[in-house]
Formats: sequence, C-alpha cells, structure tokens
Amino acid sequence: MQFDSISAFFDMGGYAFFVWLSYGVSAFLLAALVYSSHNNHKNVKNKIAQRLQREIKLRKAAEKSLAEAKQTDDKMSVVQDLSKKSNKVVP
Amino acid sequence: MWKWLHPYANPEVSYHFVGKLLPWISKITFVLLFIGIVWALVFAPADYQQGDSFRIFYIHVPTAILSMSIYMAMATAAFCSLVWQFRLADASAAAMAPVGAVITAIALFTGAAWGKPMWGTWWIWDARLTSELVLLFLYLGVIALHNAFEDKNLAGKAAGILSLVGVVNIPIIKYSVEWWNTLHQGATVSKMSAPSMSMNMFWPFVICFLGIAMLVAFVICIRFRTEILSRNGMRPWVRALITEEGVK
Repeated sequence: MQFDSISAFFDMGGYAFFVWLSYGVSAFLLAALVYSSHNNHKNVKNKIAQRLQREIKLRKAAEKSLAEAKQTDDKMSVVQDLSKKSNKVVP
Repeated sequence: MWKWLHPYANPEVSYHFVGKLLPWISKITFVLLFIGIVWALVFAPADYQQGDSFRIFYIHVPTAILSMSIYMAMATAAFCSLVWQFRLADASAAAMAPVGAVITAIALFTGAAWGKPMWGTWWIWDARLTSELVLLFLYLGVIALHNAFEDKNLAGKAAGILSLVGVVNIPIIKYSVEWWNTLHQGATVSKMSAPSMSMNMFWPFVICFLGIAMLVAFVICIRFRTEILSRNGMRPWVRALITEEGVK
C-alpha cells in the first residue's frame, strides 16, 4: 500500500487532476467502445430479423394472391364451360 | 496445419468458434484489468522523479504498444485478403480498425495528460507524438473507406491498400525516439533482456498490458461476429440462426 490515507490516494501526490483525468477518459472510451460494439451486433441481428419477417410476409401475400387468382380462374373456367354447354343446348 | 486451419475460413464455423471464446475472454479480461488497475494505482511504488503522475504509465504504454500491434494485425489481415481473397480476413480487418482508433486516441490523450505535468505542455510537434497522430488518422481513413462503399469487397480492397501503405508509419513511430532528438523518452520496458525498471513496477505493467490486450481481443471478437453476420445476411445458416433467436 503506497498511500497513508484515502485522501492521499485521491490526491495522487498532487497529480490528482492528470492521473484521474487519464484513467477516467480511458475507462470512458473503452466502455463506450464495448457498449457500441455490443449494440451494433444487436442492431445488425435485428435488421436481418426484420428483413426475414418482411420476406415471410411478402411470400404469404404472394401465395394468397396466387391462390385467389387460381380461384377466380377456376370460376371463369366454370362459367366458360357452362356457356359452352348452354351454347350447345340452345340451338 | 493448413488442413487444421481450413475449416475456420468458413464464416459459420468462425462465427460459432469466436462465440464460444467470448465468455472466457471476457472473464479473463475482467480479472486481469481489476488486478492490474488496483496494483497500478494503489500498490505500485511512485516514481522517484515523477511521483504519482507516473501511474499514467500503466495505461499510456500498453495502449501505445497495442495501437501499433493492432495496426500490424490489421495490415496483415488486409494483405491476406488482397493476395488470397480471404473474405474473413477482410471482415477481421474491418473489425480491428475502430478498436485500433480508440486505443490510439487513448494513448495520445493519456500522453498529453502526462506531458502537461512532466514536460509543461499538453502537446508538442515532436517526432513520436506526430507519427502517433498520423497513425490515428490512418485508422480513421481505413474506417472511412470501409464505410464508403456499398460493396464490401470493394471497400475492403480500398481500405486494405491504405492500411498496407500506412505500415510505413509503424517503424517511424517505433524508432522515432532513436532517430530524432525528441522530448519523448526512449523505450523503458520493451527491452527484452533487462527492463530498466524495478520489478514491483514491471509486474503491474505486464498485467495491465495483458488486461488491455484481452479487452481489445474481446471487442475485436464482438465486431468480427457483427461483420460476419452483416456480410452473410442472405445465407441460409444466418437465416436459421436469426429465426432461432427471434427478434429482440
């Protein structure tokens, strides 16, 4: 233990300002770096997840519209069939 | 050895491998930094000339050494990526640049805060300080180039060429205190044979150095994984991974 008291420790032999400024700024910068890197990782993951969900939504919408189109197609063909039949019947 | 190394060129294998390393690195970092900082601030003796301002040494010197080591690692990765087209080398170079920039900024700042009480000035345009400032600008240039292009391969190439050109600055920093008459003192601890400092100052330095180095490794690993994900976002394994983890 190099210091006699807590106040001597904080005083740093008269160099308190420079020593604590150095340690403080370094700790702050390193903490900010760790935090932003961690945050960045999460953001990238979220972005990919959002894109995947959008893709799923689009695919579902596409399938739905395809199915609807098929249904209307079927109806149309039924109508056409009927009209053909009716054409045959009438004359 | 090549056969053993080969699977790690696969982004998926690398991503999971680094992910397994991360908790261990973080624990070791925490323990080393805690011991190192307490030892440096409380138990290490004060310098007979500089008094307690000498305690800045325990951050300044490790970050200054690491600022150059990270640069060399980044340049090596850039070289591998340019010559052999290793995609992951590019990702690791992109992961290292911001970390190196922060470490260089810390080295410069603590140097200024140490210079003020010891030399009487925050800053002087001396060879060591100026070349270290150039290193910071090189890092910033590399980061800017990595973000300047939408196409990551093109960005990696441009940033890689800049980082290879910048390697010329590293020996200038290292030997500036010998080549020119500078205010900055010569090497104290990097003499392998006999460090010119007492052992109860040397050991806390070693632990602080290892602690900061592990912290650097920790952040680089996180950023490396981020780079892998963002560059492989369309791959099936990334889709599976993200779907499994869900949106947070």
